Amino acid sequence: MSLTTTPPDAPRDAPSARPGTAPRRARWRLAWPLLLALAATLALMVLSLFVGVYDISGGEGGWEMFWITRVPRTVSLVLAGAAMSMAGLVMQQMTQNRFVEPTTTGTTEWAGLGLLVTMIALPSPGIMERMVGAVLFSFVGTMVFFLFLRRVTLRSSLIVPIIGIMLGAVVSSISTFIALQHDLLQSLGIWFAGSFTGVVRGRYELLWIVLVVAVLVFVVADQFTVAGLGRDVATNVGLNYNLVVFLGVTMVALVTGVTTVVIGALPFLGLIVPNVVSLIRGDNLRTNLPWVCLTGVWVVTVCDIIGRTIIMPFEVPVSLILGVVGAVVFVTLLVRRRRHV
Amino acid sequence: MISLENVFKRYSDDVAIGPISLEIPRGGVTALVGPNGAGKSTVLTMIGRLQEPDAGTIRVGGHDVARTPSKTIAKVLSILRQENHFVTRLTVRQLVGFGRYPHSRGRLTVEDEQHIDRAIEFLDLAELQDRFLDQLSGGQRQRAYVAMVLAQDTDYVLLDEPLNNLDMQHSVQMMKQLRRAADELGRTIVIVLHDINYAAHYADRIVAMNDGRLTETGPPEEIVRGEVLSRIFHTPVEVVDGPQGRPVCVYF
Repeated sequence: MSLTTTPPDAPRDAPSARPGTAPRRARWRLAWPLLLALAATLALMVLSLFVGVYDISGGEGGWEMFWITRVPRTVSLVLAGAAMSMAGLVMQQMTQNRFVEPTTTGTTEWAGLGLLVTMIALPSPGIMERMVGAVLFSFVGTMVFFLFLRRVTLRSSLIVPIIGIMLGAVVSSISTFIALQHDLLQSLGIWFAGSFTGVVRGRYELLWIVLVVAVLVFVVADQFTVAGLGRDVATNVGLNYNLVVFLGVTMVALVTGVTTVVIGALPFLGLIVPNVVSLIRGDNLRTNLPWVCLTGVWVVTVCDIIGRTIIMPFEVPVSLILGVVGAVVFVTLLVRRRRHV
Repeated sequence: MISLENVFKRYSDDVAIGPISLEIPRGGVTALVGPNGAGKSTVLTMIGRLQEPDAGTIRVGGHDVARTPSKTIAKVLSILRQENHFVTRLTVRQLVGFGRYPHSRGRLTVEDEQHIDRAIEFLDLAELQDRFLDQLSGGQRQRAYVAMVLAQDTDYVLLDEPLNNLDMQHSVQMMKQLRRAADELGRTIVIVLHDINYAAHYADRIVAMNDGRLTETGPPEEIVRGEVLSRIFHTPVEVVDGPQGRPVCVYF
């Protein structure tokens, strides 16, 4: 673990100051686990490409099917898994609370409401309009949650997600009410259940937006870590705390909005992935962001493969598997954290 | 120099701080003392621009803290509040490294690493530097926080009750280390202290507050007297001669 103390890019900033093999070796020791993890990710992706009912190698037009469904599905698994885990991590830093993520703060429910409102308000909204609606609503919803947190000092860290889940439940019942009135209840259920089944060429490309957000998170990682130390420490070192929180909320809203429109809700993902990574590697965003992304990809991909194979030739939505796996990990984490602190 | 001019802050109809005018010269250790609720922490956090006064100006090293960009102030003064509860899991060294944020904005240079080494050594944290904060005792964590503000390398260091959570041994160590930071590194240290004996022993100046106002200011010889302290703390205090002719306050 001591490796993490020397940032891998320190020598890059001062190439002449640290010559010799020691830093290079240190950097290599820092890099190889990550390379292994990357290889594992690639292996999982290949597996995901070849798991499915349709026989792509022998069947008629198999390779065409491969490009139409398997590749988009795998790409969106990677994008959504990495982005939602990161969104959870950013939210946890901004709220200084370990149990917060888009589905425990109501962000996902707000995105769903936004989607629904767009569907009703506009005559025949394209995916772009739906996305804008979802992003706007999740932004507003997350802001409401943050302002609320700022108003009340919450003693127990567990109260925060409880309030978030309550807020989410209220928003979700509003959605249900509206959906009932417009005879959209069934569609609502399908949108919300996070599933990669419907991901085909032409229906997932918006997800690439989250890649842009992910890159941005890497760029401002240090600011998020400092903000995670709280308003006072952040102000002390000269960081504009409000601006960073605003930036964080915007990024989370974008990622959640887009993912909800394209995939649906992915419960617990943003919660379990950053917590597991933090237990092992700590919270310095700069060094653990790649791990959060990769672990997110693994969890989603494995859950999706399980969902695809468990009742073959039919599929179970990934959110169902995630919910089960996530709940177990969440409870384990709760018990472990208690023992630690 | 830190100067406060008619600084005022109102909390409610009957709770207000100030108006306070005060000058703390450069160098040395200044202790802020007073009973609970006297406004010591509020004054300290206002100097450190973590809270805004309703009226008045505060200057630190010539900078008006309300008008100067926060980034600039971060290179002039550092402040550590009393309660620090981080959910973030960082190692001691990573935390101290974030003290360098005003200078490097996260990309640590070789010079930053040297500052971090020095701060870690100064607070005796070398053996703990790769441990996570949640694996430390309260006292060790407190030292890590102080190391972070020292690594920030500012002329002015403001600390709100840094002896909280520290046992006898570590309280004495902490005060000695702060004394050294003032003497050897030329820092100006302003510190809120609860125990008047620590203030009497380690501070160059004592600033006493009561009900949101300054009541006494002066070197320990002037303040550490039975009748003055009894007035400040609303409780009978007796000052007796301790070992090596140092005054000891007895109040129990």
